[in-house]
Amino acid sequence: MSSNSQKKGFGATIWDYMTTVDHKKIAILYLISGGFFFLVGGVEAMMIRIQLMKAGNDFLSAGTYNEVLTMHGTTMIFLAAMPILLAFMNAVSPLQIGARDVAFPFLNSLGFWLFFFGGIFLNLSWFLGGAPDAGWTNYASLALASEGHGIDFYSLGLTISGFGTLIAGINFLVTIINMRAPGMTYMRMPLFTWTTFVASALILLAFPPLTVGIFFMVFDRLFGANFFDVTMGGNTIIWEHFFWIFGHPEVYILILPAFGIFSEIFAIFSRKRLFGYTALVFATILIGFYGFMVWAHHMFTVGLGPTANAVFALATMIIAVPTGIKIFNWLLTIWGGSISFTVPMIYAVAFIPSFVAGGVTGVMQAIAPLDYQLHDSYFIVAHFHYVIVGGVVLAILAGTHLYWPKMFGTMLSEKLGKWTFWFFFTGFHLTFFIQHFLGLMGMPRRVYTFGADQGWDLFNAISSAGALLMAIGVIIMLVNVVMTVAKNERVGNDPWGDGRTLEWAIPSPPPFYNFAQTPLVRGLDPYWIEKMEGNEEGMVYAEPLGDIHMPNGSFIPFVISLGMFIAAFGAMYHMDGHAWALPVLIGGLAITFGSMLVRSLKDDLGFHVTKEELIADNERIKKEARALEGGKKGGLK
Amino acid sequence: MAHDTHDIHRSRAEYEFIKKKRATEMRGQLTSFAMMIFLTLIAFTLVAADFSNYLIVPIILLLAAIQVVLQLYHFMHMSNKGHGTMAFFMFSGMFVAFTIVLAMVAIVWW
Repeated sequence: MSSNSQKKGFGATIWDYMTTVDHKKIAILYLISGGFFFLVGGVEAMMIRIQLMKAGNDFLSAGTYNEVLTMHGTTMIFLAAMPILLAFMNAVSPLQIGARDVAFPFLNSLGFWLFFFGGIFLNLSWFLGGAPDAGWTNYASLALASEGHGIDFYSLGLTISGFGTLIAGINFLVTIINMRAPGMTYMRMPLFTWTTFVASALILLAFPPLTVGIFFMVFDRLFGANFFDVTMGGNTIIWEHFFWIFGHPEVYILILPAFGIFSEIFAIFSRKRLFGYTALVFATILIGFYGFMVWAHHMFTVGLGPTANAVFALATMIIAVPTGIKIFNWLLTIWGGSISFTVPMIYAVAFIPSFVAGGVTGVMQAIAPLDYQLHDSYFIVAHFHYVIVGGVVLAILAGTHLYWPKMFGTMLSEKLGKWTFWFFFTGFHLTFFIQHFLGLMGMPRRVYTFGADQGWDLFNAISSAGALLMAIGVIIMLVNVVMTVAKNERVGNDPWGDGRTLEWAIPSPPPFYNFAQTPLVRGLDPYWIEKMEGNEEGMVYAEPLGDIHMPNGSFIPFVISLGMFIAAFGAMYHMDGHAWALPVLIGGLAITFGSMLVRSLKDDLGFHVTKEELIADNERIKKEARALEGGKKGGLK
Repeated sequence: MAHDTHDIHRSRAEYEFIKKKRATEMRGQLTSFAMMIFLTLIAFTLVAADFSNYLIVPIILLLAAIQVVLQLYHFMHMSNKGHGTMAFFMFSGMFVAFTIVLAMVAIVWW
């Protein structure tokens, strides 16, 4: 059990991943499935841009366009960006705080499988009578009028994957509060761990409103309730409130970990301690707080009245302050540093102007009277793609390069990485910068086509050409991944040469117990401190070598999630009066609750890795490290 | 490692200290219990005395809030050491919930 280098058959590997509770393997699962959905969402984006390439195009019908547009947004936010960030959180933050796993390994696995089945359920809508078509915001007036089962796929799929995300968030909160190594005080936590922590708190507080909103939606559509039906005394605006009370913190759930990744990158590749660490931490917390007080800025044109609009406009503008603090701190981290322009660093440097551009248009929209002009135009589309692609997606690409060696033990090609960057970055600005002007020229968002006499042809053509460049960038990235996996050149502990935090002090990929001995943290950037003091081991230890208690793998999370997946079909088709629907609903729930019961009644005390096994494993790791040194392969230096 | 047993040896002074601390805690619990009963009595009296609803509802809400705080601090041990993070999260959550309810009341239903 202690040797993780054993060669396994294909089936055994699949089974291993289906039952794993190891945060590093769950991270890989999140990365692969999030990456898959990222490609699906990307194909949908390309379809949108092909349709809008020229005036009066008929590549997609109006109805299909609505479905593609809705699924593009929903997939990218819920099934691509969040899971990929959760992949990095899983892979890195337990290592950064010196923990052997997250607080609840079983729940970690359950969270992943719920997300996975929710995502599959949502995407099956393409094959089962049509995808949701009311936009990713799913406004109730549209959603209640939508025919077919598209919206039901949306609400049930997001309910299931939302449970998963909520579980993941709670897990990280408990892990970071309780499982920090000795000496790892809050104010010594690496910034990526801090942003994981605050983003998890946002998940904890933001997902319940979404769940409530979606519950109402499910009851309205499937069981004849009237929460949002105005003709029956309901209120359709309440959905908008619920959605944005969730939706605004949601965008911070996405951007904060992205900030964390970039903070790590700036410090590593400038070979400097983060400038203004304390200010960065407090800015993160402040952004988290403000995130809950600004949701109505998405609804200025609803007619909330001048007082409400003024309050929310001011609150929104305040957010620019902590964000500005962060930007200046990053700039001052680079300032005077010994900079190496590796792929992650290039992404990080490119992120600053791109994100600032998105932030500035954000403040423009915070001015309520101006927003009446901008609302529902392509200006908005340009704005949120600037913050989400220019912030989150650049962070995801940068993080993939940065943490690939830690997750897989190999380095992605720097050369291909730079090609990806230039294609993607050029394409991104080409696609979205011009959309600001399309918006100002009056082009509304979410239209499936436009007329040749409206003067939007050229700009839309340019925008579509940019999207093609982004697609080429992503394809080069995929080639890079395949080539790296095929070459399989192993790297050592600290392949970038300038790692500062604990994850770079242990082998890549780390042994399944992470740390043979819990480290003792003596300050911010503990690995850097030890390196500077010439400590060959890379850390000081807080405990003698002893037996380690580890959890057993389990297949139950998969079964629990599968049960909910089955039950969702029953709930959805029950409305159509199929006789089989009710038994399927009950059967699915029986599987879910039955497996929960099994989990509760069956004692699973885990196993111990003995001291002897640890010593043997350590010998093997040392031998591999020496072999690597001899071959001088891999790594940046 | 996980199965280590811990023997606790206390000195006389420590024992006295803990005893005294527990007595104080007990006194706090009894006092707040009495207060809670008293608060409940006030609530019932208000309703029984048939005051205006505009008076009764806010007062009962206020009493409920006091009860929650007493409950948390004296019976659920929030006053003890090591509950800082928990308190921070609870109050953040309450704050967020309060803002949302306030805004919804003010914007949607007023």
